[in-house]
This record gives sequence, C-alpha cells and structure tokens, in this order.
Amino acid sequence: MAVTSMNNMVKEDNQKAVENFSESLSSGELEIEGRSLWADARRRFLNNKAAVASMIILGLVTLLITFGPLLSGYSYDEIDWSYMGESPSIENGHFFGTDYLGRDLFVRTLEGGRISFMVGALGALVAVLIGTVYGATAGFLGGRTDNLMMRILEILQSFPFMFLVILMVTFFGRSILLIFIAIGAVSWLDMARIVRGQTLSLKGKEFIEAAIVCGATSKQIVFRHLIPNLLGIVVVYASLLVPGMILFESFLSFLGLGVQEPMTSWGALVNEGAQTMEVAIWQLAFPTSFLVITLFCFNFIGDGLRDALDPKDR
Amino acid sequence: MSLLDVDNLRVRFTTPDGDVTAVNNMTFTLNAGETLGLVGESGSGKSQTAFALMGLLAKNGIIEGSALFEGKNILGLSETELNKVRAEQIAMIFQDPMTSLNPYVKIGPQLTEVLQLHKGMSKKEAFEESVKMLDAVKMPEARKRMDMYPHEFSGGMRQRVMIAMALLCSPKLLIADEPTTALDVTVQAQIMDLLNELKSEFNTAIIMITHDLGVVAGICDKVLVMYAGRTMEYGTTDEVFYDPRHPYSIGLLEAIPRLDTEGEILPTIPGNPPNLLNLPQGCPFQDRCAHVMDKCRQEAPALETFADGRQKACHWTPEIITSTTVQTEGALT
Amino acid sequence: MFIFALKRFAVAIPTLFILIVLSFFLMQVAPGSPFTGDFNMPPEILANLEAKYHLNEPLWKQFAYYFSDLLQGDLGPSFKYKDYTVNELVAQSFPVSLTIGSIAFIITVIMGVSLGTLAALKQNTWVDYTVMTLSMVGVVLPSFVIAPMMVLLFAIILPWLPAGGWNDGNWENMVLPVAAMAILYVAAVARIMRSSMIETMNSNFIRTARAKGLPKHHIILKHALKPSLLPVVSYLGPAFVGIITGSVVIETVFGLPGIGQHFVNGALNRDYSLVLGLTIIIGALTILFTAIVDILYGLIDPKIRVGS
Repeated sequence: MAVTSMNNMVKEDNQKAVENFSESLSSGELEIEGRSLWADARRRFLNNKAAVASMIILGLVTLLITFGPLLSGYSYDEIDWSYMGESPSIENGHFFGTDYLGRDLFVRTLEGGRISFMVGALGALVAVLIGTVYGATAGFLGGRTDNLMMRILEILQSFPFMFLVILMVTFFGRSILLIFIAIGAVSWLDMARIVRGQTLSLKGKEFIEAAIVCGATSKQIVFRHLIPNLLGIVVVYASLLVPGMILFESFLSFLGLGVQEPMTSWGALVNEGAQTMEVAIWQLAFPTSFLVITLFCFNFIGDGLRDALDPKDR
Repeated sequence: MSLLDVDNLRVRFTTPDGDVTAVNNMTFTLNAGETLGLVGESGSGKSQTAFALMGLLAKNGIIEGSALFEGKNILGLSETELNKVRAEQIAMIFQDPMTSLNPYVKIGPQLTEVLQLHKGMSKKEAFEESVKMLDAVKMPEARKRMDMYPHEFSGGMRQRVMIAMALLCSPKLLIADEPTTALDVTVQAQIMDLLNELKSEFNTAIIMITHDLGVVAGICDKVLVMYAGRTMEYGTTDEVFYDPRHPYSIGLLEAIPRLDTEGEILPTIPGNPPNLLNLPQGCPFQDRCAHVMDKCRQEAPALETFADGRQKACHWTPEIITSTTVQTEGALT
Repeated sequence: MFIFALKRFAVAIPTLFILIVLSFFLMQVAPGSPFTGDFNMPPEILANLEAKYHLNEPLWKQFAYYFSDLLQGDLGPSFKYKDYTVNELVAQSFPVSLTIGSIAFIITVIMGVSLGTLAALKQNTWVDYTVMTLSMVGVVLPSFVIAPMMVLLFAIILPWLPAGGWNDGNWENMVLPVAAMAILYVAAVARIMRSSMIETMNSNFIRTARAKGLPKHHIILKHALKPSLLPVVSYLGPAFVGIITGSVVIETVFGLPGIGQHFVNGALNRDYSLVLGLTIIIGALTILFTAIVDILYGLIDPKIRVGS
C-alpha cells in the first residue's frame, strides 16, 4: 500500500531513477552488510572454544554412528547366545558389552544414535519450516490475520501436546515417520512465536521503511530484507531444537512409545539400562554417555551460534 | 583549593582486539561554582572521562592518574566509599532521559530513595523534599507527578526529573553528559536555561559534556576540547572562542552555522575521527588538519601548559589568527 | 488493572471452549473402541455399555451430554477402571502430583532466581562458571537419566532414602522425586535469570541508580529484580502447569500414583473419558496460567498495563 502510493506520488520521469536507486540500495548494500555480518558471526563462533570443541566432538560422534557398526562383527538385532548381559570386553568383540538378550551394545548404541540423530534433524526441520512460514506470515501480514493466527496458536499451545503425541502414537501405531511428524508438528509453536515477533520488530525498522520509500516491492522486501535478517534467529533456534527433538524422542522411547524393537534409540537404551543398572551399569552408562555428550554438544553449539548471531550483542 | 583537580587522567579498556585508550593524559581544574565544557565529537572520550570520575566505567576499564575532589582522590575508591561521593558530592545526569530512569518504578520512589539512603530522611520528609525539588526544576503539578511512571513523561520532563534527582543532595559538582542531545531544540533551550538558573541558585559546579559549542558559549566558564581521547586545547571560554590556538578548535568554531553569512558553504572538518584501536603515529588529528606538517606525522605533540593556565597540544603555532577570531566573535555575541 | 485482568480472563473463556470441542472430537476420531481390549463380551452387554456412555447417539448429542456434565464438574465414568469415575481418579492422583510439584516449584523459584542472580552479579568468575556448568548439566541431562541415577546413588549405593513409592506422602518418599523434578527447572530458571539480570545490569537506568550512590543490594532489589524477572515469569507460567500435573517420567521411575501416570496409562488403555478429562483439566490450567502470566506482566511492567 505504502509502496504504491509512493509510486503514484513520484513523477513518471523520476520513477525510474527511484527504482534504480532502491535496486542498488537493497541489493548492493545488503550484500555488503550481509557478508560482513556472516563473516563476523563466523569469527565470533570460531572464537568460542566450547562451541568449536562441540562441533569436533559432534563430528566424531556422527562419523562413529555412521561407520562404527561396520567395525563390529555383530548386527543390532543379532543375539549372541554365549554372551548374555556380558560386561564390555575387547576379546569377544562386544566393546560395550551386551544387553540381557545377548545383543551387542556397541552396535545397538550406534544404531540408536542413527535414529536419534535422524529424529532430531528431521523433527527440527519440520518444526522450523512450519514455524517460520507461519510466524513470518502472521508477522508480515499483521492486523486481523495476525490476530487470528496468534489466537489459533494460543489454543494449540494450551493443549497438553506431549500427551497428544502419546495419543497419536498409541492410536496410529508406532512408526518412525509418525514420530518425526508428531514431534515436529508440536514443536513449531515456539518457533512461530519467535519468528513472528522478529518479523514484527523488523517491519518497524527504519531500513525497511527506507526500502519502502525507495519503491521496493513487497517481494523485494521479503526476500532481500526480511528473510536474511530472520535467518540468524532461525539458525540459532533450530540448533537448539535438535537436542530438544532428540530428548523428545528419547522420552517417547522411554515410555515405550518410541521406535519398535528390535530397532532402538538412545532413549530406549537408557530405559532398558535403567532397569538393570544395579547389576549391569554399562548397559546404562554407554547409551547415556552418548546421549548426554551429544546433547551437551548441541547446546554448546546453540549457545555459540546465539552469541555469534544475536543482534543484541552487535 | 580547587574543587576538582584532575591530573594525568588516563582511561584504558582491555578488549579482545587490544587495549583502547579512551582518555589520555587529561589534566584540568575546576573551582566551586565554575562550569567546564568538555567538547568533542562522538567517541572522543568525553563521556568516559565522566564515567571514570563517577566510578561508572565498564568492568574492563582501567583508570590511571588522579582526580582530587576537595583534596581527596576519588579514583579507585571502593564501591562503598564511592557511594558516599556519588549524589552527595558529585551527581550526574545522562544523555538519554528516555532510558536513564527506571521504567518499572514510579518517579516518587526513584527520587525519595536518594534522600532516604543518603540523608536518612523518613519516607514522608523525603517525599516533601522531592516535591520541592520537582517544583524547583519547574515541573508542573509536581505532587501528582510523583505517582507516575517515567513513560508517562515527555523527554524534556524526564530530563527535569533527572536534574531534580541529581540535585536532591545539593552536590558540589554536577556532571551533565550531553543533557540536551536527545531533546527537541526548544526543549533543549528550556533545559539549558534551567541548568543556568540552578547553577547560580545552588552554586553547583558543572562539567558540561557536549558537542554543541552554542551550549558551551551559553553556560561554560572554561572549555576543554577533546579529540581521540586527548586534550587538544584547554582555556577559558573567552580565550578559546576568541583566540583559538588549535586547528581543531578553529575548525569546530568555523563549522558553526551563522546567520550573517548568507549563501556561503558552511566550512566543515573533512574526514572522520581515527579508530582508537589503530591510532596513526604522531598527532591523531593529522589527517584532518589544515595545518599538518611533517613533524605531526612523526611525533604526537605534547600537551603544553602556558603561564595563563591554557593548554594546547599542537606543533603548529598560529601566527595570523585575526581573521578567524573576528568572524567567530561576530557569530557568538 | 482490575479491568485489564477481567478482560484477559474473558478472552480465555472462548479459548477454553474451543479446546474442549477440539479434544472431544479428536478423541472420537481416534480409532479403536475402548472395549476391544477386553475378553469377548456378549453383544447385549456391549450395547448396554454403549448406551450408558451414549456411544450410539449422534456425535453432537454425545458432546452435548458431555458438555453439560462437564459444566457440573462431572467428567464422566472411566472407560477402563470399571468402578471409578474420572473425577475419582483425578481426586486420587492430583494431590500426589500437586504436592510433589508445588514443593519442586517453590524450590525452583527460590533457587533458580537466586542462583541466576548470583551468577549474573559474579559474571565471569568461578561462581558464575560453577553455576552455569551445573545448570547446563541440569538442562541437558534428561529426567529419565537423572532420576534413575539418583535412585542408584541415594537409594541403592547409599541406602538413605526409599527408591520409590508414595507411602501416603511420607517426606522421605518425596525427597528424590522432588529433587529430580526441581533440577531441570532450577537449571532453566537460573540460566534465564542470569542472562536477563546481566542485560538489566547493563541498562542505562541501572547506571543512573549507581550514579545515585545507592548500595548494591538496594539497586538489585529495588531496580534490577523486577525487570529481570519478566522472562522468568513467562517461562514459569506454562512450566507451572507441567510441574503440578506431574512428570510422567518422574512418576514412572519413582512409582508414584500421580496424574502423569494416569494419562499415559489412559492413552495406552484407550480410556477415552479419562484422557479427555485430563486433557481438559491440563488445558484449562494452561490457559488459566497463561492468563495469570499476562496479568503478572501487567503488574510488573507499567507500560503494558496502560497499553491495554
């Protein structure tokens, strides 16, 4: 609206000049700004020792869960009748010992890690996608639409969602796909709220007004100004969502609602381990350490990203 | 004995990118009831000087030198000792009245707490005293205003509250850090008038931090011109305005818009202040100076003190200065 | 302020109604009859049961029955526990969750706020690092890891406390569940409090307060605490509902007969009326506390109050 009225006001011969100017302003300037901003963020991030160390550890964990199972002669559902509930040993090849069914814990832990990572990444992706689109739309359109969308969000948020997921899983059966969708779908609410708030505050910023005055179209504003500026907060929040998703899946597995046997995940392994911790502490110790280390790493990386990208600090 | 004797004040900040010296070798004196103008561009170290005196520097700030307030060094005091100096001896008002008052607390308690804590007054006494002070800063309906939150006040009114708050304990020295910068021009004038009045009424010495030479001309007895954390020139207002000896002061004075020079282009000082992290060798002002010499690029000029108490840090000696002064004189009177 | 609060509650009522409608119909969409798990019943009995639960009437009528009962505070009979109504089940289990949760909540507020403040004021000292490391551990360690480890440590290796059970609310039985529950929230609150306190302490009005020569404790209590508490309030509001309605994990690990247990079992047993009732109770509490948080915000931040 503001854009068109502005264009009407400008005389025909001036219009082109204004367009060119806005073009160069919004593209050229932002690129320079954007580059230095992200370069600055990278420098800050790399200065954060905990975050960098976490990146490395996480890389190692990823490598291990990807290729680790190949190092062992056992598969995750294979029962070794000669070693049931054995403690870890190098000689028999059960590096982390076995569970009470004689399945190799090394392979099972890594296999569980694959599931946990996958749920974490995909769940976060679903949440980020829905949340960003919903929040940005509400924030950008504003007015009544925004009001309505926020009221819907409020209603959804008052559902005990954890229980809804439990319901979904119990009613529709336990499949990994459902877990992805269920977890992702209930986790986008906060993301939407955050993105909406950010969009609203960005919309009021002078540089957006400047772009409007210079005759930039809505499309240009959204793609050149809003999205690049939203990216930071989305990245930070996504990095914190991943461990949240992993925890959520572990929680479901803990309740026996997660992945189905003989498939496993860290949450399921921790649950099994907890039941035998008095006699076979390694069954709890190994999956727990992996889970905890991974969660720590993601949290440190998230903190690092936030410090690096938080506009407040700049 | 002078009220405040600042000698060789230095303020440094340790940052990940290296040390930054925000204030370098600053020396000045201030007598009771006198007003000193600290003039300079943004980032020239004016505010940091004030924060150093009040013990309000950021945690990574390091202070060297001394500042004798009534003969007692107030630099490096413990927080408890400082709290006896603050508000009771030296008070401060800040640049941004919008954020300098606590938005979550009513004006009343923000005023009375000073009197209760420093003067041991009862709540009621403190309330009456605060209302009186609000009256003194010409706050209409002062009593009613005590029960209001800062966001219910306009910028000018908030600054009046800040001034009232600062004067509650009748301090001997008031540091005003760009008190009018964030305000409308008409409100600026009102606040300056108010400060001028209060100055004589309470006989308070003032350190007026500003980049507005008009403010200096209106209220200050002495001026200290700062650039990149260093004193460029220091003297009485009359001396500096009518007989500026530093190219930077000359430049600043020439850049004041005048009504009598129609159609001419306003002279400006070209360039920008240097990065404090990466100061050039020699004089910090060299790249913008109209009188730069080879010497200026090699060694920084030392701060000279003349017999009349004026100070100057410049290799260049003005010979023919009359033309500048004549113009300036016309503009300021 | 009163009008502001009233308005806020008025907005909450339609939200609650929509929540009830949605949960009711969601529950109907879910497949599986509640009676399929049972041994083969004669069709007559089944029909009786369905008539009793209005299952053979149109959906909107079922809702009307349910809603009018609900207005009288009756959540209906349980589908699975034959001789119990949902009200009775809630009445049995809610006190357990509420007791554990309330104690954990009080601990959370006191410890979280003070630890966070302490860390903020001693920023970048060993105090800060210790508090932050511990709270990182608390935030990251899932409760289903913490709880079993606590049992292992304080009930098995060091036989100081009972490993589980409710025992009619004996304090010794409450120590471990309360601690396991509080750890996460204390850690989260401490982190939130620390960063908001640091932000507040760097604000201009705190600089003014310091320039006024106010003692440090006065600055913190009178000037910094209120604004720093805002993010904590907005975190704790919704969290409070989660705390008092019981953590499924904690109740499972310690074998406590609380609400969380009932919910999971209800879901697993397809006890529709129980799950529906609990969903509505928890949802209503959530809506209530979201409203309370908004009102608290209004109390703390004068600008919001005037704005609405």
